[in-house]
Amino acid sequence: MKLYCLSGHPTLPCNVLKFKSTTIMLDCGLDMTSTLNFLPLPLVQSPRLSNLPGWSLKDGSVFLDKELKECSGHVFVDSVPEFCLPETELIDLSTVDVILISNYHCMMALPYITEHTGFTGTVYATEPTVQIGRLLMEELVNFIERVPKAQSASLWKNKDVQRLLPSPLKDAVEVTTWRRCYTMQEVNSALSKIQLVGYSQKIELFGAVQVTPLSSGYALGSSNWIIQSHYEKVSYVSGSSLLTTHPQPMDQASLKNSDVLLLTGLTQIPTANPDGMVGEFCSNLALTVRNGGNVLVPCYPSGVIYDLLECLYQYIDSAGLSSIPFYFISPVANSSLEFSQIFAEWLCHNKQSKVYLPEPPFPHAELIQTNKLKHYPSIHGDFSNDFRQPCVVFTGHPSLRCGDVVHFMELWGKSSLNTVIFTEPDFSYLEALAPYQPLAMKCVYCPIDTRLNFIQVSKLLKEVQPLHVVCPEQYTQPPPAQSHRMDLMIDCQPPAMSYRRAEVLALPFKRRYEKIEIMPEPPPRPTQPTSSKKRKRVSEDVPDCKVLKPLLSGSIPVEQFVQTLEKHGFSDIKVEDTAKGHIVLLQEAETLIQLEEDSTHIICDNDETLRVRLRDLVLKFLQKF
Amino acid sequence: MGPEKRRGLWWCEAKALWGGACGCVERSLRRGGAWVGVEKRNPPRPEADPGKCRGASVLIMDPECSRLLPALCAVLADPRQPVADDTCLEKLLDWFKTVTETESSLQLLQDHPCLVELLSHVLKPQDVSPRVLSFALRLAGAFAAQEDCFQYLQQGDLLLGLFGEAGALGWSAWSIPSVRSGWIQGLCALAHHPSALHFLADSGAVDTVFSLQGDPSLFVASAASQLLVYILALSMQGRDAGSPIPEVAAWPVCAQKIVSHVQESLHSTAAPQVTQALNVLTTTFGRCRSPWMEVLWGQLSPLVASLLKRDPIPAAHSLVDLLLSVARLGSWDAAGWRGWESPVLSSAACGPWEILAQTLHRLSPTQAGPLALGTLKLQRCPQELRTQAFGILLQPLACILKATAQAPGPPGKSYHLASGLLDGTAGGSMTVDTLLSSKSACVGLLCQTLAHLEELQTLPQCPSPWPQEPLLDAAVIILRLCDGSADPSSSGAGRLCGTLAGCIRVQRAALDFLGTLSQGMSPQESMLQVFAILLKNLESPESSPTVLKKAFQATLRWLQSSVKTSGCSDLSPDALLFLGELFPVLQKRLCSPCWEVRDSALEFLTHLSQHWGGQADFREELQSSEVPMLACQLLQDPESYVRASAVAATGQLFSRGLQATPTSSENLQAQQGLLMDLMYILSTDSEGFPRRAVLQVFTQWLRDGHADVARDTEWFVTTVLQAVSRDLDWEVRVQGLELVQVFLTQTLGRFRPRCPYAVTLPEATSPTPHPEFLRTLCRLPLFEFVFRALFDCDRPVAQKACDLLLFLRDETAPSSGPQETRDGPNSASVEVALQRWQEGEQGQPLGDLEPEAMLALLRSLDLEGLQGKLAKSSDHIEKSPQSLLQDMLATVGMLEENEADCY
Repeated sequence: MKLYCLSGHPTLPCNVLKFKSTTIMLDCGLDMTSTLNFLPLPLVQSPRLSNLPGWSLKDGSVFLDKELKECSGHVFVDSVPEFCLPETELIDLSTVDVILISNYHCMMALPYITEHTGFTGTVYATEPTVQIGRLLMEELVNFIERVPKAQSASLWKNKDVQRLLPSPLKDAVEVTTWRRCYTMQEVNSALSKIQLVGYSQKIELFGAVQVTPLSSGYALGSSNWIIQSHYEKVSYVSGSSLLTTHPQPMDQASLKNSDVLLLTGLTQIPTANPDGMVGEFCSNLALTVRNGGNVLVPCYPSGVIYDLLECLYQYIDSAGLSSIPFYFISPVANSSLEFSQIFAEWLCHNKQSKVYLPEPPFPHAELIQTNKLKHYPSIHGDFSNDFRQPCVVFTGHPSLRCGDVVHFMELWGKSSLNTVIFTEPDFSYLEALAPYQPLAMKCVYCPIDTRLNFIQVSKLLKEVQPLHVVCPEQYTQPPPAQSHRMDLMIDCQPPAMSYRRAEVLALPFKRRYEKIEIMPEPPPRPTQPTSSKKRKRVSEDVPDCKVLKPLLSGSIPVEQFVQTLEKHGFSDIKVEDTAKGHIVLLQEAETLIQLEEDSTHIICDNDETLRVRLRDLVLKFLQKF
Repeated sequence: MGPEKRRGLWWCEAKALWGGACGCVERSLRRGGAWVGVEKRNPPRPEADPGKCRGASVLIMDPECSRLLPALCAVLADPRQPVADDTCLEKLLDWFKTVTETESSLQLLQDHPCLVELLSHVLKPQDVSPRVLSFALRLAGAFAAQEDCFQYLQQGDLLLGLFGEAGALGWSAWSIPSVRSGWIQGLCALAHHPSALHFLADSGAVDTVFSLQGDPSLFVASAASQLLVYILALSMQGRDAGSPIPEVAAWPVCAQKIVSHVQESLHSTAAPQVTQALNVLTTTFGRCRSPWMEVLWGQLSPLVASLLKRDPIPAAHSLVDLLLSVARLGSWDAAGWRGWESPVLSSAACGPWEILAQTLHRLSPTQAGPLALGTLKLQRCPQELRTQAFGILLQPLACILKATAQAPGPPGKSYHLASGLLDGTAGGSMTVDTLLSSKSACVGLLCQTLAHLEELQTLPQCPSPWPQEPLLDAAVIILRLCDGSADPSSSGAGRLCGTLAGCIRVQRAALDFLGTLSQGMSPQESMLQVFAILLKNLESPESSPTVLKKAFQATLRWLQSSVKTSGCSDLSPDALLFLGELFPVLQKRLCSPCWEVRDSALEFLTHLSQHWGGQADFREELQSSEVPMLACQLLQDPESYVRASAVAATGQLFSRGLQATPTSSENLQAQQGLLMDLMYILSTDSEGFPRRAVLQVFTQWLRDGHADVARDTEWFVTTVLQAVSRDLDWEVRVQGLELVQVFLTQTLGRFRPRCPYAVTLPEATSPTPHPEFLRTLCRLPLFEFVFRALFDCDRPVAQKACDLLLFLRDETAPSSGPQETRDGPNSASVEVALQRWQEGEQGQPLGDLEPEAMLALLRSLDLEGLQGKLAKSSDHIEKSPQSLLQDMLATVGMLEENEADCY
């Protein structure tokens, strides 16, 4: 059983699990922090942004000044924002059989995978995940497409050029793989491959394994997944919450007796308690508005915003803010507010019971009815007629690089009466604010992340007692900024196995039993094998349909192997010991050979000839039979 | 911090004046969590003094009771007539005990043979219910407490039948805990004279008591231990004070038995037995003030000391209690005893101080903490031991200071402080590993240590020199560890940080301790450090409401301390700088969605302005912030507690002239606005707390002669009383009477100025009410309000009104008598109205009252008599023994009737 780790972002995971001849992709998260390196896309022409000076090298070279702009000591790429995709080279993604989605934030890379990798499988997700995921994608596409950018910067990505750039551009990784946003057509096509599932529904994959989504308590329709065969059980925990918010509570009991528990999507702000942050949010909002200032809340169109509106619903009367207008601006604002009210079966018990009264489960319906909350698709149109200050505006995108929020930052940034309150934890607020400097408006950071914290994880692991825990490497050590906080890491026995981007992990898992059924008659042979996935499997089951590959055995002695490599003209060879074997680094060729007990990988950059040469050298040490 | 429900059942008997009665049930809600040492709400209503209604006249055995008693005994002895209510039997027993306190038990039994019959009947327990059995055992004990009665009962072997080996132990009802408990309590009551000691020894009861120490019922087990202590104490009584104290071997048999049982138990390997023995000894040494104790300790101390050699030490908590009990005994020698400094003990190997020192050394830090605190609280104790005990208490904090010290390079400040903390103290060996053995242990130990040190600092026995600076440093570091802001370099400190991060319990304890540390003198550097950590706790979104409350309290104490430090009443420059940063935080807290936080912030604001409202710098800082405006807005808060606190805060701010509006004309308007706002709250708020708070503010304003109130006091009082008279909350009405009292005192003072230095003749000082004063009183609806209050269904209101009328009468018409009343002006119409009010017809107005009629009315009322009756508990009549006996008989009668109905 192997785990291919395609994403380095612990809360936006993308992993591939090979289990019993099935290839299952677990989530499809898109790391959007790369957009922070780009200039914002202003909805209304911004003289300030368009007049930013071009950046020049220390030696005075100005060949990059069209692509890079300087703002208050920071350098930004003046181009359409691009995203860092999951690793596509580590494994042939066309072999992925199914993709399991755990929540709407973890499916944003789906169009890149389903539309550009030869993927022919099925995607499984719950209905709210799909619907709200669609809204998020639609909003993103809309934000980017409505501000067309004439130029596309690529010169800066050149390795030699990038080396000369200031941080953080200099340190940005894999910039060549960064991609522009997908189109609505790609979104629709990707979403059409999704098959809807319900909690606890058992889905058979080729008769080999069974997958089941469980409520994870984090967002509407968010799920953890159980992947099990007759004798093995793998639990995939992603973005779960034990707090009482709007979704159905987390199903912990079903995670018991797992052989492996893959744990991702913990809170990004483990030191911040969501309750305290909501309090901080409300207090700062009230103080600003009372002083005649406006409040800007950069946010996603779904998720925490529902809880914030509910909290404000209770708070505004007590704080004397009843007359203050609340605006929610997003191309999908209307759909988001309406969707939230119709997914009753996915809500927590309290909200479900309201439906039978009948009452809308979320109180934002009443805010809308009483005109306290108004929603608009964009700042253009009706909004400009209704707009009244002081007010509170909820709008995207939380990266402050696209969407209506860019306009409000430009509009309100100059006055210290106004406040921008960051509630989404996905982006560093200081980096998000960098292209708006100097900024007079107040900034308040109240990240609200309801996902599991380390204390809750510790309790969860004690409760469900998995044999092994696998998690991103970030969770196995304290956060770099708080290296002494030994409580901010996963503490379990045996210690958790960690993974990082582009790593292949052999899961500590021995399959001892297999259930087979022996039929008295041999199965009928397929008459017309086709190229479909399922047929392919059938053909694999029939040994005489294809030529058998020889089996290999033996181990590779590292020293002799290095000598062989040297004999074959490879120089500058470096050997590193790892926990599981060795890594032979061919520095000149920029190639890695991972030698492990039960596998050997050759990782080289698009040089098939080199790979075949190296493979043959490896094969020399092994016996065939 | 939720509302605490308090229900009161107050039956008022106000039939004092012309007969008749009224009563009602009033329930009120009160909130807990007022500021420490500051009572912000109305005081709770006075409880009735049970002593006052327990006069001997109602508790003696009167003929009526004697008449009822045989019937009652017959009922009790009749198993077919079960007693429905246990409490009746308890009341009956209480009554008998009271009777036997003043009368001869023997006489009582002889006069009422039914009682002996009842006790004899119990000897056939199959015919008696367990309740009556338990009652009878206790009753027999109560009678036998007098030696002659004991002899009388012994003659018929009644006592042996009840308490002997052949008695209760053989009954099937013995398996019922209440019977066993009754048996023990009976013996306990009986053990009052030497004859009882012989009886206990001969009857074998002591052995039974030993076995009952391990009874499954905790009440029985505890009572058994108490009985042993009691018997031991009795054995030591009555000896000739001058005679030498005999060795244990020569003590009475009972005492010998008990001592040897305790010795055996101390030898036991079973922890419960050791605990039982230690508990008996603890109570004995705690209760008995006898030189015999010294002998007893001499006998048992080696065994106690031997417990320390076991691993683990059994019954450590009980051992701590015992040692402290023994040590406290040592400090008592005023009655002639020599104390522990006696040559015998000081030379003994197992003197109490040595054992204390050994125990402190051997126990775990958590177990040793209470012992160390107890040792330090002793009046007299060797200095060496005090040093050791203080060292134990300081250990956890020293350990934290050491762990958080800079590891590499030269030792940092914290390290020096840690060594300073343990300078000259033993046992600084605690490591972070010990401290961190488990999170709960670490948190528990820290909370305990902080609480102990906090307690210690306020005591006269507080160790000197007190390590103020290291302790301050430790408290600050603990708070930093809790909020995650500490940046420790060592791994131990990192683990500490991980363990304590976000721990609310420790935060609260540390803030309390920090607040207490404000009493000591601190260097400026430390004060800055304290202000910084307080500010951090106040502004952190992670601070829970309870932590915030503690932080506010500690802040107030430190601000007060900064005044002390600066030597004048003004705030120090550091404190002023701190205030500059504090007000924005307070602003934010006043906008919190959490009502507890808003409430704490308002209370804090009230205290701040109370202390420093007159100081120019403070006023400037406060007025430049939005705090006063926000406080005003919170008068409309949806939470009633917050509204109440906002009323108090704005009242305080306005009385100090600290309102939000700056200019003088607006000022006046705003102030008038607040007066009207508060009047509006008083007449319309649905909850009692804000209304009570308004009246407190108004009373204070009236007392202070606040400009607004002084402008037209009569209008003010009239308006307030109109609102209060309709109020359903008795506390509001009491507070209204308080306001009336203040008004009366002020008005009286205005019309009759008194100069303390003036030489006046006696007749000149006799009160001759100023006609204008009386006219003023009659002009206002004051009398109507007070008289209505006199017939209030809530007793405290009536009491207060009565006191007020007495005050008024004494000030206006003290010398008049009933004769004069008849000759005085006609107040008949008013009396008629009052009569009707008392009968419940409150609708009729009192009508116009002339000053003379008012004086006549005051003279005619028997206010003293009314005051006496109001002071009595409302159930004083129902508490009489006749009533009890009648009730019990009636209940049985009822049961009989029901039975008859069934057939």
